[in-house]
Amino acid sequence: MKVVLEHVTKRFPNRDKKVKTEVTAVNDISFEIPDGKLIGLLGPSGCGKSTTLYMICGLQKLTEGRIFFGDEDVTELSPENRGVGLVFQNYALYPHMTVKQNIMFPLENLKGADKLTKDEMLERTLKVAKLVQIDELLERKPSELSGGQQQRVAIARALVKMPRVLLLDEPLSNLDARLRLQTREEIRRIQRETNITTVFVTHDQEEAMSISDQIVVMKLGVVQQMGVPQMVYNDPANLFVAKFLGTPPVNVFRGLIKGQALYIGNEKICDTPGVSDRGVYVGIRPEGFIFNPNGVLTCDFKNVEVMGGAISIVTGHADSESPIIRATVMDEVRIPEGTPSVKFDIKPNKLYVFDKETEERIYF
Amino acid sequence: MVDSKQQWKAWLYLSPAIVLLLVFTVWPIINTVRMAFLDNYSGLQAAGGETFSFGIENFTRVVKARRFIDCLRNTMLLCVLTVPISTMLALLIAVTLNSIKPLQKTLQTIFFLPYVTNSIAIGMVFAAMFNIVGSFYGTDRQLVTTAGIINNVINFFSTTFTGKEAMVNWINIGSAYRENIIVMTVYIVWNALPFKILILLGGLQSINKQYYDAARVDGTSRTRVFWRITVPLLSPMLAYVIITGFIGGFKEYTSIVGIFGENMGPANDRDRLNTMVGYIYDALENNNQGRASAAALILFGIILVVTLLNLYVSKKRVHY
Ligand SMILES: Nc1ncnc2c1ncn2[C@@H]1O[C@H](COP(=O)(O)OP(=O)(O)O)[C@@H](O)[C@H]1O
Ligand SMILES: [Mg+2]
Repeated sequence: MKVVLEHVTKRFPNRDKKVKTEVTAVNDISFEIPDGKLIGLLGPSGCGKSTTLYMICGLQKLTEGRIFFGDEDVTELSPENRGVGLVFQNYALYPHMTVKQNIMFPLENLKGADKLTKDEMLERTLKVAKLVQIDELLERKPSELSGGQQQRVAIARALVKMPRVLLLDEPLSNLDARLRLQTREEIRRIQRETNITTVFVTHDQEEAMSISDQIVVMKLGVVQQMGVPQMVYNDPANLFVAKFLGTPPVNVFRGLIKGQALYIGNEKICDTPGVSDRGVYVGIRPEGFIFNPNGVLTCDFKNVEVMGGAISIVTGHADSESPIIRATVMDEVRIPEGTPSVKFDIKPNKLYVFDKETEERIYF
Repeated sequence: MVDSKQQWKAWLYLSPAIVLLLVFTVWPIINTVRMAFLDNYSGLQAAGGETFSFGIENFTRVVKARRFIDCLRNTMLLCVLTVPISTMLALLIAVTLNSIKPLQKTLQTIFFLPYVTNSIAIGMVFAAMFNIVGSFYGTDRQLVTTAGIINNVINFFSTTFTGKEAMVNWINIGSAYRENIIVMTVYIVWNALPFKILILLGGLQSINKQYYDAARVDGTSRTRVFWRITVPLLSPMLAYVIITGFIGGFKEYTSIVGIFGENMGPANDRDRLNTMVGYIYDALENNNQGRASAAALILFGIILVVTLLNLYVSKKRVHY
């Protein structure tokens, strides 16, 4: 089921009752989720991801805009009539019911033509329990399960109604690091098997990048960029997106465009044909540095870090936004300790220039 | 563990509390058991040097006494009537209070007021309300005779719809047992509500809102949400409220005094509504400490059995 958001805005009355101004949690966002895809809704905490998800779900009413499932306008529909499954951040499993009862609960609510017999309910429960691999645990209470198992039960409960859209609100944030990796693969597998259009909310860019077909990057209630993860990573639309994606993060320098060329400090980095003179930020991905004694950029050498197969040259620069610049290089490099400075060439496709005022990308 | 050399310090600090407990709690309990098993024990006669033989005559006498059986029946009847009614009403009010936003705090305070009001005073007001004859100073400081407000209301509806005057003798001379019990039930329920509402409202407010969101996404009807989610998640509080309700109910006494005074019944039928605790007090007043102790132990036994029964049921029904 394709999901379309058109100019969706959500304003809340201020939590502090004395303040009259409203809080705009989501500000005029529009995007389209293709049928059967897994979309990662990504952004820092408080940027309106959950609010967006709850509006798609129907738990929150829209202040402005419309939401479509396929061609059907669902803006005014209540959650149960939208055919959505929602997995809460802390699962919200009913503690007094067994796993089986939890999963069966949504089915027992079905009315009229959709009403199922006890046997049909049981059959569907077992099927979905098998899908998420918890069919051994059906008689247990949620308190007798591990975090990862609870997560699966929550997903099973959301899936059992065969929803048109599956919504997951930070589903991995309560799991420890190893389980997180495992479970995210699991979610990917379940999504592939069921082919249900899925929206996955997270503030962890690595998580979103690794399992999403497409990511939507949000900031302060506004969509910054949407696209295939690798594409967004390689071609960020603004400084925020560039900084938000990637570990280790992008290195940011203060730079200058002068006479159609880019300068960091006194060093000319590259030509920028057609770009007028102005102050800029320069983002260089760690893998964008090429170690070269005759390179264009000179950095103060600090040390070399070897982590697994990757080698990082740690340096500093007077015009760097952060005290440390990290350059990952593939080849073995030998830089004697006490070397004052090192030089790099920059791969043009790993270098992004942003306007100093708007922080928007400058293409050239 | 505390260092054994330090332990005497712990005992030293505890000693004031221990001494008080020994004098005012432990010794009275032991003494109650002792007196209960000394046949026809009386404090006055004991002071006069009389001795009593060991036996269970206090118990056999109490159990056979018509008055005691009446007291037991009154107590049980009030328990069985008031605990379920007040619990259900409190649940209803708590759920309603929890679901409204404006004025919630104000209403909460209003519902809590009876809790901080003296129950004898409340009883007197209830007695006035249920009275069949009453009076107040009208304008010009003239004494106006009228019935209590309940009877006035009944009378108003009766005269408007049937044209006949109607008064119910709730508590006055000649009133019937059934009417007396109705009044007592209304009064006890009303008196018991605030505490129960407070506990249940607290319980409701501690239920994670996401359970309700989850239920909404699944299209759960309101009644199903109530019975399948709210009540089970509230069951520990419900169990607590019911158990303490029964314990309080078996100790019922002041509420009867509040309405009927020390007569414990309408003026023509003293002690008609007497309770177990009332029986114990009467026996004490008659210097019959042996029988009072026996009755107290019986009351204790009943409360123990009922509480164990409650706990047994709640083990099966209470979740977590
Ligand atoms: N019910 C609400 N009332 C007022 N403000 C809210 C409410 N829900 C969310 N907000 C505000 O909206 C913004 C976005 O919240 P949310 O969608 O939960 O962010 P995220 O899930 O991305 O962390 C936050 O600033 C938050 O304080
Ligand atoms: Mg959130």
